[in-house]
Amino acid sequence: MNDGTAAMASEKLAVGDHAGLRIGTWRWLGIGALIVLAAVLPFGLSNYQVFELTQVMIYAVAVLGLNILTGYNGQISLGHGGFFAAGAYTAAVLMHRYGVPYWATLPPAALVGFALGLLFGLPALRFEGPYLALVTLAMAVATPQTLKYFSWTGGQQGLHVVKVLPPAGLPIDRDRWLYLFVLVVLLIAIRVAANLLNGRTGRAWMAIRDHPIAAAAMGVDTAGYKTLAFGISTLFTAVAGALAAIVVGFVAPESFTLFLSISFLVGSAVGGIATIGGAIVGGFFIEFVPNFANDISDAAPWAIYGLAMLLFMYAMPRGVIGSIRPLAAWLAARLKPAAAVGEISATSNKASTPQQTSQGRLE
Amino acid sequence: MTVKQTMLAGLSAVGLIIAGGLAYAAGQYGPGASDTEIKIGNTMPYSGPASSYGVLGKVDAAYFAMINAQGGINGRKITFISRDDSYSPPKTVELVRQMVEQDKVLLMFHTLGTPPNMAIHGYLNDNKVPQLFPATGADQWNDPKHFPWTMLWLPSYGTESHIYARYILKNLPNAKIAVLYQNDDYGKDYLNGLRDGLGAKANMIIATQSYETSDPTVDSQVVALQASGADVLLIAAIPKFAAQAIRKVYDIGWKPTQFLNSVANGVGTTMKGAGFEKGIGIISANFVKDPTDPQWQNTPEYKEWLAFMNKSGLAANVTDVQTVVAYSNAQTMVAVLKAAGDNLTRENIMKQAASLHQLKLPMLLPGITLSTSADDFNPIKQMQLEKFDGKTWQLFGEVISASGS
Repeated sequence: MNDGTAAMASEKLAVGDHAGLRIGTWRWLGIGALIVLAAVLPFGLSNYQVFELTQVMIYAVAVLGLNILTGYNGQISLGHGGFFAAGAYTAAVLMHRYGVPYWATLPPAALVGFALGLLFGLPALRFEGPYLALVTLAMAVATPQTLKYFSWTGGQQGLHVVKVLPPAGLPIDRDRWLYLFVLVVLLIAIRVAANLLNGRTGRAWMAIRDHPIAAAAMGVDTAGYKTLAFGISTLFTAVAGALAAIVVGFVAPESFTLFLSISFLVGSAVGGIATIGGAIVGGFFIEFVPNFANDISDAAPWAIYGLAMLLFMYAMPRGVIGSIRPLAAWLAARLKPAAAVGEISATSNKASTPQQTSQGRLE
Repeated sequence: MTVKQTMLAGLSAVGLIIAGGLAYAAGQYGPGASDTEIKIGNTMPYSGPASSYGVLGKVDAAYFAMINAQGGINGRKITFISRDDSYSPPKTVELVRQMVEQDKVLLMFHTLGTPPNMAIHGYLNDNKVPQLFPATGADQWNDPKHFPWTMLWLPSYGTESHIYARYILKNLPNAKIAVLYQNDDYGKDYLNGLRDGLGAKANMIIATQSYETSDPTVDSQVVALQASGADVLLIAAIPKFAAQAIRKVYDIGWKPTQFLNSVANGVGTTMKGAGFEKGIGIISANFVKDPTDPQWQNTPEYKEWLAFMNKSGLAANVTDVQTVVAYSNAQTMVAVLKAAGDNLTRENIMKQAASLHQLKLPMLLPGITLSTSADDFNPIKQMQLEKFDGKTWQLFGEVISASGS
């Protein structure tokens, strides 16, 4: 998974190009193989499974947005379901009322998400931790009723979205086309997120998360960067919402309840909040665990869901990716030729240190 | 997803692509049906904001279990798969796809709620899977030309308005009618139904006012309607606003003949909220035997229903009229499956559902029957009017039919 951190990137220079390049090459090969696998996977699965995986990727994009805010900038949001809804309705209204093609609705949805996030990020500057969570909770609880208010949203009845068909001439069905479309968006989202997080913006976000006073003392514009984190985060989540509207083909206020916001947070925590790969794990959790719980027990599916959540958090308190990473680094160090061991273990140790502090703070 | 499932799915992918979800005629059986089994899918809000309706799914399941215990339908057992969509449309889409594509159900039955049903409407019709008897009364489910795989069960909102129109034309021929309606498809179904039902006399409607569900009150709308000089008022609302309207009409001293849509006529909700004495004389409509009405409680039909409820562990719900509705709906499903005989294809299920001829059900009001045809997917077109006496609804007059002239 491409979950390089800024710390890792900056350490590479100090460690020396030799080892850095080798790790980089392997990593790119691995990523390439994963992408190819993801692209051919739907052709071996049933339509329903393809649809499920498409949903997983949509949730992954949404959780990725939340990870940027919560994991990398230390701000908790219980309101991302509301931003997801904003993106979904932007796409649905544009398609339903103005006949905009589905792919062209993503940039406006991103813009709406970004603008809303900035607006929300400004007052959020005054709040920390649980207080910020409460402010964002307001967004989540207000969304369904607000959507019912306006007639251009279709009110209580919701809006139908024009059915998306694959481009004429392509020998591919609707489900697989949408899967590939969403896959491309997910890859772009991961790439953009990785670039941001590995660069100065990401370093500033993490510095603010780990020690806001020190960050300010070093000249980081904390207010600006925190607001920006909010905007970028909600941009991702709104794009995910637009994808959901396109894939499901229908939006209604009931689609975006408080529970959706909480699901995102659960997915984020289970996957690993300060990771990019964790977003994908989170997507799998959001999509499959409720169904799995229902299959086990009709009577008490939510008890099973809760139990699954407890097990995950107990076994892997830093989330799946957050917990696997130190293990993988340790394994990699063991397997490398002796000459490189010192360098690599130095890299991985330093890379994981800031993560642990931050996770500890947020738990 | 287990490895086994994935492997199976991979192996059957080719088959699936060819089938494409279509009901290919493999002998006399469509997907989900065999010599021993009939698979039926359903979604219900067992959790979430609408979870009080979950009891409908429990009644369905209990009824099918009883039919199975009695030997099933033509020797076949019903497998009823009911999943919790929490009233969330995207979840409904996902679950319905799972049931159609993976569990391979023959049909979807009694899926609850207008938004969830809207979300699966296109999918089920594209894939030619019956969407039978949903728990919603919107007129759009009766559109066999464009959606030949979807059939209504509840008397549609428009049907109910037709019945009020017929009563008004006969008994209040000089009425000046005012309408208060919710500003969405639900409210407009009632308004349009009334216009339709009045036909050439549609100009009897002299004033209409709408409200949004986010409005704090409907006081100003009621005052405006009174100012129009109307002497008949139709309220097409949800319980909260219906209660407000009834109270306001009473408080400003307006005394029109009031009609209240049946969705909002709950004694414990609307009438209690408005104040029982303020609702005396209001007219509404019904089509099932209310289990709390003493006049039914000595009939064999009621006793049979009560025994079923008690035996199924649903004794706590015997005052809930919705359980009677679900019971009757499940009986309709069984009647359609029986009529389909050994030809259990999706096409034949729709054909049988569209061939109901004056089907009688024990817990529908005497005289009300179900009839359908190839261009009429609205089975229940009769209702009986009832008047509120300050405590409960009292049926009066004859069963009125929405159609015919």
